[in-house]
Amino acid sequence: MTQSNVISVSDLDLTFETNDGPVHALRNVNLEINKGDFVSFIGPSGCGKTTLLRVLADLDEPTGGIVTVNGVSPREARESRSYGYVFQAAGLYPWRTIAANVKLPLEIMGYTKTEQAERVKKVLDLVELSGFEKKFPWQLSGGMQQRVSIARALAFDADILFMDEPFGALDEIVRDHLNEQLLKLWDSTNKTICFVTHSIPEAVYLSTKIVVMSPRPGRIIDVIDSNLPSERPLEIRDSKEFIEISQRVREGLRAGHTDE
Amino acid sequence: MPVTPMNNRKLIWSEGKVVPVVSIILFIVIIWYGFSVVLNAPWEYDKAKRSSITLSKVELISNTWSQKRPKLPTPHQVTKEIWDTTVNKKVTSKRSLVYHGLITFYETIYGFVFGTCLGILLAIGIVYNRATAMSVMPWIITSQTIPILAIAPMIVVALGSAGFSGLMPIAIISMYLSFFPVVVGMVKGLKSPDQLEIDQMKTWSASKFQVLHKLRAPRSMPYFFTSLKLGMAASLVGAIVGELPSGGGGGLGFRMLSGSTFGNTLHIWSGLFSAAILAGTLIAIIGVIQKIVLKRMSLEM
Repeated sequence: MTQSNVISVSDLDLTFETNDGPVHALRNVNLEINKGDFVSFIGPSGCGKTTLLRVLADLDEPTGGIVTVNGVSPREARESRSYGYVFQAAGLYPWRTIAANVKLPLEIMGYTKTEQAERVKKVLDLVELSGFEKKFPWQLSGGMQQRVSIARALAFDADILFMDEPFGALDEIVRDHLNEQLLKLWDSTNKTICFVTHSIPEAVYLSTKIVVMSPRPGRIIDVIDSNLPSERPLEIRDSKEFIEISQRVREGLRAGHTDE
Repeated sequence: MPVTPMNNRKLIWSEGKVVPVVSIILFIVIIWYGFSVVLNAPWEYDKAKRSSITLSKVELISNTWSQKRPKLPTPHQVTKEIWDTTVNKKVTSKRSLVYHGLITFYETIYGFVFGTCLGILLAIGIVYNRATAMSVMPWIITSQTIPILAIAPMIVVALGSAGFSGLMPIAIISMYLSFFPVVVGMVKGLKSPDQLEIDQMKTWSASKFQVLHKLRAPRSMPYFFTSLKLGMAASLVGAIVGELPSGGGGGLGFRMLSGSTFGNTLHIWSGLFSAAILAGTLIAIIGVIQKIVLKRMSLEM
């Protein structure tokens, strides 16, 4: 794996002006993410983890600092379609079939009809949803809908994947299964993934790098490089290394809280 | 799909619409017959006085319900008049309600189509351009505060001197009334996608037109059909009002006006009911299309 830098954040500040005065959503955030990293952002609500992801994706604008994605500004990165974004809710269009939902970004980006069909088939295979092409979203479970939304984000071959608590609304069994699938997918595609979560086991299980954040103002408390092997069966969660990393994350979160 | 249709029907009968609707209609009909007696009685008394006879209660009532030129015709007289002037008259006859109804129908449809197109275009302008919203919205609201009866003659005269007569001026008046509910409904509909859907489009760098075409337009469909229903009703009112100053031509409005001029209340009431039936039918057709489309789009509310 090359150690080329994909995302670089330095001295990032973001202040929202509200009626009750300014809210420091992010303050003095510095971060480097390398190609092929699986980075989790973890922290209590209000710590700015989603906001940070939105800044990287050019959905929110920072009030200070420098951010580059693929060596260019987030806006240029967005306009050159260099990332896929998976939101908390699947956000599928009820009037489109599963295949047509996955096809939507491809239509927008002007892929040819044959290429659209090929890519839809490929990514639906990847998330193990072949055979569901003609179904409508309401016919699928919540977990399956979220897999469709992941397929849709993968369809146009962006090398970065932003995921904002994609499994937050799902039950634990489904979530475990999807985590396993996501790891396989990451392994086989070599994408750089930024993953927002508030679950410690999820963060430790998935990541090569864990960014622990804390609220008021939103900031980074700790960055943990995970030494877990890239091959990760679910049982790895009982291993000594796993528990050690979990403890360090927990300590980080606790330290952030005593600051209040 | 309901498992037991019989059960379902029973449900509608007992607590659904049928009983309330039928009892309201019965109530109105009874009141109506009552007023027919009260309003038509003076003339009967006069007639009886002149020929020096006294009327029994039964005679009075039966006479007031069967006058040739009643002040208020009874429901059965109106029904008979509608039957006579639809089934028993040639469609091409100026005495046929079908003839007049068709004229009003065409005016309504033209006004409805123009009004819907104008409404949609204005709504897109308002949603996409702040300047348009600020500059156009006050005019749109002002336009609806002017009584249509006051400007209808002006539109007819102005367009007539420009060489447009017949159907076109009336369709314009009809459009004037029908575009408004479409603008209001479609602005709301086009703005109905939630923030997540808009953000999603942004992550794909979709153009404004793509967002409109792929997201805002389909999302607005429930609002669209509601707007169409309101717009259709307004179109019909516009068409009827537009016929009044146009004089000549024909149409249900014209029929009602001539009935009023010549004191023929049967013409007024039959025209009124035909207009109501026409409006009800057109709106019901939109309702059926709405059901089918929204079901196919899984957008049922």
